[in-house]
Amino acid sequence: MRTDRRPSTAVTIGTDTRRKAAPRAVVASLAAAVLLAAGLAGCSGEEPKDITVYSGRTQSLVQPLIDEFTKKTGITVAVRYGTTAQTAAQLQEEGDKSPADVFLSQDAGALGAVAKAGLLAQVPAELLAKVPAPYQHAGGQWVGVTGRLRVFAYNADQVKPEELPKSVLDVTGPQWKGRLGVAPTNASFQTFVTALRVQHGDAKAKQFLDGIKANEPQIRDNNIVIVGEINDGKLPAGLVNHYYLFEKAAELGVSPDQLKVKLHYFGDGDTGGLLNVSGLGLLKKASGNAKAKQFMEYLLGVDGQTYFATKTFEYPLIAGVPTAPGLPSLADLKIPAINLNDLDTLAASVEMIKNSGLTS
Amino acid sequence: MLLTGSLLAVAVALIPLVYLGVRAAEAGGERIRAELLTGATAELAATSLALAALVTAGCLLLGVGAAFLVTRTDLPLRRTFGVVAALPLAMPTYVAAFGWVSVVDGFHGFWPAALVLTFCSFPYVYLPVAAALRSVDPAVEEVSQSLGRGGRRTFTGVTLRQIRPAVVAGGLLVTLYVLSDFGAVALLRVNTFTRSVFTSFDLGFDRVGALVQATALVVVTLVILGAELAVRRHDTRYAKVGGGTRRPARIVRLGPWRAPALLAIVAVAAGSFAVPGAALVRWTAEGVSRPGSPAEIAGAAANSMGVSALGAALTMLLALPIGLLTARAPGPLSAVLDRLTYLTHALPGLVVGLSLVFFGINVAYPLYQTRWLLALAYATLFLPLAVGAVASAAALSPPSLEEAARSLGRGPWAVLRTVTLPLTLPGIGAGAALVFLTCMKELPATLLLRPTGMDTLATELWTHTSVAAYAAASPYAALLVILSAGPVLVLARRALTPGGTP
Repeated sequence: MRTDRRPSTAVTIGTDTRRKAAPRAVVASLAAAVLLAAGLAGCSGEEPKDITVYSGRTQSLVQPLIDEFTKKTGITVAVRYGTTAQTAAQLQEEGDKSPADVFLSQDAGALGAVAKAGLLAQVPAELLAKVPAPYQHAGGQWVGVTGRLRVFAYNADQVKPEELPKSVLDVTGPQWKGRLGVAPTNASFQTFVTALRVQHGDAKAKQFLDGIKANEPQIRDNNIVIVGEINDGKLPAGLVNHYYLFEKAAELGVSPDQLKVKLHYFGDGDTGGLLNVSGLGLLKKASGNAKAKQFMEYLLGVDGQTYFATKTFEYPLIAGVPTAPGLPSLADLKIPAINLNDLDTLAASVEMIKNSGLTS
Repeated sequence: MLLTGSLLAVAVALIPLVYLGVRAAEAGGERIRAELLTGATAELAATSLALAALVTAGCLLLGVGAAFLVTRTDLPLRRTFGVVAALPLAMPTYVAAFGWVSVVDGFHGFWPAALVLTFCSFPYVYLPVAAALRSVDPAVEEVSQSLGRGGRRTFTGVTLRQIRPAVVAGGLLVTLYVLSDFGAVALLRVNTFTRSVFTSFDLGFDRVGALVQATALVVVTLVILGAELAVRRHDTRYAKVGGGTRRPARIVRLGPWRAPALLAIVAVAAGSFAVPGAALVRWTAEGVSRPGSPAEIAGAAANSMGVSALGAALTMLLALPIGLLTARAPGPLSAVLDRLTYLTHALPGLVVGLSLVFFGINVAYPLYQTRWLLALAYATLFLPLAVGAVASAAALSPPSLEEAARSLGRGPWAVLRTVTLPLTLPGIGAGAALVFLTCMKELPATLLLRPTGMDTLATELWTHTSVAAYAAASPYAALLVILSAGPVLVLARRALTPGGTP
C-alpha cells in the first residue's frame, strides 16, 4: 500500500464521468479562451492619439481639464495614470524608448529624478517665463504648474485656538506628544525637510526630526488618511498639504467650513508654510513637438490655471489668476522663498528622515 | 517536448530575477551593503517572516478545520458552507483591510494585519485540503481504526499524513503570498519587506534602493523553498492499487461541538465578508462622489475580465508542460524546474511589473503596453498557482493509460491531445479559475503595464480611493468581488466533488 516518493499511479477511471470529456474540447476551450481574450485585445486598438502624457496626478482631477484641452485644440491626448513615484521609475526604466511626450508630476522631486536621468528636454523659455524662479528647475528642465501649501490641520473640538503653533518648530513641544499625524514617506514631507535644512541648517533640521520622533508621532502613509482621521476625531492634528481638506469636503458633499478638520496657516516665512509644486517635464524625444508644447502652454495658461484654482483648490503659479475663495493669498502669508529644485539636496533629506527612524 | 516547454515557462518566471540581477550589478557591492546590512533590514526580515509564519499557521488551522468540517462531519448546510469557505479568495486584501479600518477604530498593526491576511488567504489551504479529504481512500483510516487507534489518533496518524502534500502546498502559497502582499500591510501599517520596497520608491524617487531590497526578498524566498523541499522529502504517498470504487468517508458526528463549529465558520465568513461589505455600504451612504457612467463601469469590468482571461490562458499554457513533467517524470530536474517558478512568487507586484517594463523595452518592444505583455506579467506572477493545479490533476491520472496509447501506435502529440489533456482537464480548469481571479485583483503590475488609457476595476478602485472618493470607489470594489466570486464557485464545486483536485 505504501510507495515512497512516487506519485500515486492507479486510480479508478470509470467512476468519474467528467474524465470522459471530449478530447477536442480541452484544446478547443483553451484556444477559445486565448482567442476570446485576443479578440478583446484587438478591440482596444483605437486610433493613435497625438501626444502621450504620463500623469502622476489622479485621473478624476486631471482628465476633465485634458478633455477641455482636446475640445479647444483638437489635439488628442493619451494619458497614462499612475502614482508619481512609480511613474518616475517607469520613465527611468523606459529611457529613450518611452512612449511619453510629457510627464505631469505631483511633485518636483520626481521631475528632478527624471531630469537627473537625462530624460528631459529644455522647457521652452516662454513657458518658464510664466512661473516664478523658485518653482522651476534651475536648468530649465521642468516647470511648476500648481502650488500646494504645507499647513497644520487640526480638529476644532480637540485643539483650542490658543494652542495652535506659531512656528512648525513648536510641534516638537510636550503639548503635541502623541497628538500629531505625519506622513514622512510622502514627497511633500521630504521637500519640507529640505526646506528646513536650507532655512535653519542641517543640525537644526536633524534636531527637529529627532524631536518629532521622540514626541510619539502618529505615522501615516499619506495626507488623505491624516485629514480623514482628524475629521473623524481619531487624530487631533497633523502636518499636511492644504487641498486635502477640500477633497474631503467634496466627498462628503459639504462646504469646507462644515468639517471638523480646520486648517492653520504658518505665516511670516515660517518653514511650516512652504509651497510645494506639481509640475511638467518635456521628454527629450518630444523636444520641438508643437502639440506637446501646446499642451504645456494650456496647463500654464489662464484656463488651465483657473481650473486648478477652482477645481483642485491649488495655488495658481502664473500671475493674474486668483486663488480659490476661502484660501489666503500667498502674499498675505509671506511664504518662505526657498529654491527647492536641487535633487541631491533631496537625497540628503531622505537620508536624514531615514536616520531619524520616522520611516521604520 | 515537455522539457522545452518547461524551460520556456521557467524563463518567463525568472524575468524578474534577471532584471534584479542587472539592477543590483549596476548598484554595486557598496550600495547593496549600505542598503541591506542595517538593523532596519533585520527588523524588516523579522517582521515579514513572523507575519508570514503567523498567517500560514492561521490559514492551516482555518483551512484544514473548515475542510474537515465540510467534508467529514454532520455540520448543517455543509455544501453551502463549503462554498462560503472558498469565497474569501474573491476579496482583495486591500478591500478587506480598508473595510476593517473604516469599521473598527484603531485597527492597525501586526495582529490586525495577520487577522485580515488569514481571512483572505486561508482558501489557498482549504481548497486543496478539502479536495484531498474528499479523494483519499477511507479504507486506510478504517484499517487504522480496526487496529485499535481511536478517531483522533487516526486523524493525526493517518488522515493528516494523507492530506499532507495538499496542506504543505497550500501553506507554501500562503507564506509566499503574505511576503508579497502590499494592500493589507500598507493600510494596516506593518513594516514588511514589500511595504518597504514600495515606500523606497517614494523616498527620494530612488528605485535602486527599492530593487536591492527586493533582491533580499528573493533570498528569503530561497530559504523558504529550501525548507519546504526538506519537509516534502519526507512525504509518504499512499496509492490505491487495484480497481473498485471508494466508499465515501465516514461522517463524524459533531454532537455538542455542532454549535461551536457552526459559530466558528459563520464568524470566519463574517470576518472575511460582512465587515468589508458593511464598509462598502457605509462609503456609498456617506459620500456624494459617484462612479463613472454605467458604460464606463461595464467597460472597466470587461477590461478586467478580458486581460484576466488572457492572463489565465497564457499562464495555463506555460504551466501545462511543467505540471505534466512534475507528474510524469518526477525527479530532481522536474522538482527544480517546478520550484524555480516559485522563486519570484514572493516579489511585490510593483517589482515584477518594472521587470516586465524592462523586458518589454529591451526585448519585446512591439508588445510593450499591450495586453499581451500584461498577460505575460500575470503569468510571471501567478505561474505557481497554475503549475500546482495541473500537477495535482495529472498525478491522479495513471501514466499507464498514456503508455497504452503509445504502444497502440499513437504519436506523442496525439497522446497529449487525446489522453493526457482530457485527463488533466479538470486541473486545467481549476488552475485557470484560480489564476483568473488572482489577475482580477492584481493592481501594481497592471498599473505599470496596461495599455495606455485602459481602465480595469482594480485601477478604477485605486483612482477613486487615491482622492478619498470612497463612494465612487465602492461599486468597483463590489463588482470586483462579485465577478471574482464566479471562478471561486467553480473551484469550490470541484474541491467538494469526490476525486476532484483544486
